Amino acid sequence: MVIADMVEATEFPHLAIKYQLMGVPKTVINEELHIEGAIPERMLIQRIAEKYA
Amino acid sequence: MGIIKDADKEAIKKELAGLTGPVKLINFTQELECQYCKETNQIVREVSELSNKITFETYNFIADKEMVGSLKIDKIPATIVMGSDDRGIRFYGVPSGYEFISLLEAIRMVSSGNSGLPQQSKEILGKLKKPLHLQVFVTPT
Repeated sequence: MVIADMVEATEFPHLAIKYQLMGVPKTVINEELHIEGAIPERMLIQRIAEKYA
Repeated sequence: MGIIKDADKEAIKKELAGLTGPVKLINFTQELECQYCKETNQIVREVSELSNKITFETYNFIADKEMVGSLKIDKIPATIVMGSDDRGIRFYGVPSGYEFISLLEAIRMVSSGNSGLPQQSKEILGKLKKPLHLQVFVTPT
């Protein structure tokens, strides 16, 4: 299953610290794969496929 | 007093007029120690009132432990956009600015049952070897 969260970073500073948030948007996948900035959908799927498919 | 302005409500009503399938908006909230809980609850409630396809449920993060557990909510305010099933869509924090648009998009997507992703992407996601948890961090625009 896929769960996707939008997280408003200013309300959860402990997460901003945990994931070393320098700028937004930032996507964190399964606590381990960090993607900075906005990327095209195709690239996101590719990164996911590389690691999890 | 409403949070969403009347003119905006009319615009949102038009945006949501084409909804086909039912959508449930579930908001998890609590009384104290949550800066935007009350505002988020009210915003989501107001959105739900703008379409007869949308229903709205509120749960207390402390008292309603079963719901919190079954939907795996770990922080508040939390808003879930679901159809008859959980589609894994969560909004943590107040859906303001650009994220409000994302909320409306999620409602439309869940209602239609179609993510809009290309077929190839759907196939890749179908082959996932483990659950995927994506967290997209944003700031209020």
